[in-house]
Amino acid sequence: MCLGIPGELIDFIPDQPDLARVDVSGVRRVINVGLLSDDPPRPGEWVLIHVGFALSKIDEEEAAAAMRFLEGIGQAYEDELAALAESRIE
Amino acid sequence: MRFVDEFRDADKARALSAKITALCAPGRQYKLMEVCGGHTHTIYKHGLEDYLPEQITLVHGPGCPVCVIPMGRVDDAMALAGEPGVIMTSFGDMMRVPGSHGSFFDAKAQGTDIRMVYSPLDSLKIARKNPDKRVVFMAIGFETTAPSTAMTVLRAAAEGLSNFSIFCNHVTIIPAIKAILDSPDLRLDGFIGPGHVSTVIGCRPYEFIARDYGKPVVVAGFEPLDILQSIYMLMLQLSGGEPTVQNQYSRVVPWDGNPVALGAIGQTMELRPYFEWRGLGFISHSALKVRQEYASFDAEMLFGVPGVRVADPQACQCGEVLKGVLKPWECKVFGTACTPETPIGTCMVSPEGACAAYYNYGRLTRQRVKEASQP
Amino acid sequence: MTPGRQGSPQPPPAAVREQVVLERIDRARRSRARVREERITMSHGAGGKATQTLIEALFLSELGNPLLQEPLEDAARLRISGARLALTTDSYVVSPLFFPGGNIGDLAVNGTVNDLATSGATPLYLSAGFILEEGFEVAELARIVTSMREAAGAAGVQIVTGDTKVVERGKADGCYINTAGVGVIEHDLDLGVANARPGDAVIVSGPVGDHGVTVMLARGELDIEADVSSDTAPLNGLVAALLAATPGIRALRDATRGGVATILNEIARSANVGVLVNENDIPVRTEVRGACELLGIDPLYVACEGRMVIVTAGEAAGRAIAGLRAHPLGGQAAVIGRVTADPPGIVQLKTAFGGTRIVDLLVGDPLPRIC
Repeated sequence: MCLGIPGELIDFIPDQPDLARVDVSGVRRVINVGLLSDDPPRPGEWVLIHVGFALSKIDEEEAAAAMRFLEGIGQAYEDELAALAESRIE
Repeated sequence: MRFVDEFRDADKARALSAKITALCAPGRQYKLMEVCGGHTHTIYKHGLEDYLPEQITLVHGPGCPVCVIPMGRVDDAMALAGEPGVIMTSFGDMMRVPGSHGSFFDAKAQGTDIRMVYSPLDSLKIARKNPDKRVVFMAIGFETTAPSTAMTVLRAAAEGLSNFSIFCNHVTIIPAIKAILDSPDLRLDGFIGPGHVSTVIGCRPYEFIARDYGKPVVVAGFEPLDILQSIYMLMLQLSGGEPTVQNQYSRVVPWDGNPVALGAIGQTMELRPYFEWRGLGFISHSALKVRQEYASFDAEMLFGVPGVRVADPQACQCGEVLKGVLKPWECKVFGTACTPETPIGTCMVSPEGACAAYYNYGRLTRQRVKEASQP
Repeated sequence: MTPGRQGSPQPPPAAVREQVVLERIDRARRSRARVREERITMSHGAGGKATQTLIEALFLSELGNPLLQEPLEDAARLRISGARLALTTDSYVVSPLFFPGGNIGDLAVNGTVNDLATSGATPLYLSAGFILEEGFEVAELARIVTSMREAAGAAGVQIVTGDTKVVERGKADGCYINTAGVGVIEHDLDLGVANARPGDAVIVSGPVGDHGVTVMLARGELDIEADVSSDTAPLNGLVAALLAATPGIRALRDATRGGVATILNEIARSANVGVLVNENDIPVRTEVRGACELLGIDPLYVACEGRMVIVTAGEAAGRAIAGLRAHPLGGQAAVIGRVTADPPGIVQLKTAFGGTRIVDLLVGDPLPRIC
């Protein structure tokens, strides 16, 4: 029910301004983008899809920031593990 | 970036897990509630509890819109489906929810025209293709799904369709959270906030939780790393400072929500004075109904429903599970009389229900060696 | 939490309580099957729990005999005048009749050939019974039958007998086909899921879920386009290659409705062992994964029509994989997990994320009538 999947906008359906085709891992489906009429998505942008509607745009910058945080945590962890391993080799 | 695989990386999970564990004060127990059924599902499906220290318990909340539908409303839906000339359309999750006389699935086996749809727009398509039938869409879901129903009603109105209506069972999340906070049975330390509901309502509506109840809230995404990161952010808040609302799912959730979506809801629906929630009782202003102006799309108006209040079966303890008071296995009938094949209550039927998630995925969690935390 | 009353034992700690419930569940799962429904539902045809229960509680209890008992393999193995034969039957009710990668005719031949092949038999002869709907186009029937001729040729079998019935408009959804098949077993191997032992390897012969997703999308109700096609294929050549590669094969199963998950559960239950598979190792095509994500379905439960699940002795896995991959139909064969001693009867999955969860038998019916 809360199922929301990220998909990439491919193109709009001609003569149907609210309808667009999205791609989810090579699977294509027509969805309604009417809920994003304030700031319509463009082909190549990513949206969150829920029951055939786009609910929100996926902000690439925010996503990148989230990944950087996670990578930072990951790197710090790797560093700690490395330090721990080295200190054992005596 | 594909926005999915990147958030499922096991190494980053171990890193977060270590950080979370480091933030646990010795001897202290933490109870965090994940409100949303989708989060419950993710937690069990990916085995996330393997990454958490014993001191942290995740409590499953009432954010499963199928689980909170009382039996009387299911009976009403069955009555609608049984009306002559009606095609009932519904999401898959609803098909096996038991009413007093069986579920949609059982009715279908007996010849009732009930069809599973993925989107309310599919239901509209069926209405266009079957002008001699009356199509009813079983509208369920929180504010995540209500805008889609609303847009579909607006579309039906624009097209002048006269054979389409909805049976509106949309519920709102804030009153449910408030009922949990006011419940004397529970002592929670923080909330993992619903991710997709927040794309519509934004993050402001949760501010009262931090301000008036002193509990931190982190709005979380649905990938395993999202949930772990959110727990980390909650633990950071619990380590000191004033509790606030944070948005971990910022790549999808705008702080102010989606005004167009809220507008569509407001145009077609309004709050009911009260609505019965399974397990939580009657809550005021917690559910939506179709506005007068769109009455021709309101199945309750067009057909009338029995509207009989039905008490849960004696054995059923869904209410306590929904409130997080009981863990699924603590329910008296869990696993014996109530199983995914023979569900007594909604917590076992819905794939997002805590009992279904635990039965299908999560059994044996605690017996396993924590392989995940070993490098 | 209610406190213990004076004189009665203290409530057990949480961990023990949970353990008690888990044991209760296990006992309930092992208890005698009983069909509770009054009417047949689509779940009874999905290949999951309801199907199993119906077979055990109704068919086996009425018809059971030494040759017809749990665990039921893909074909019956018979001894007639010194020859070892395999006999099997399957009915095909797929909708739509034509889909990318094949049609009901291909399924009808390949499906029965595969049930014989996974019993270790060389498939020889098939029967074909048709139930046709009044009004069905003869041209379509001709296309189906041509496909069956071609499929039989490719599999090296002959269709030697058949039947035709016609029912009124509104029944049989165009065309239903039943095929039965007989083959000869020319080796001494005792293949069966009950033979699985801790340490054995679990292998799939290729990517899973292609057929079920193809058919679901081909119905056109979901408005999803994807570049997927059914994996229907005769597996007897692949089986021969496998058996030539190594003698250490314990079991072979055709993964059809209910998907790979159903077979893993049959292994766990029949041999009373655990099965632990790794999500990362299970081959799934990107488009199939995408479609499953979009619909909220697990590819492990989606039907295949040209894939096998193989259990081999642990040390035979390498040779088995090499033998499979050398064959055109086994190019993506992969070891997906191991048989374990504990917990018995349970299938677990190690997620891509590193956590572990259970893979239970399918409940309900996510993809109705796909084969």
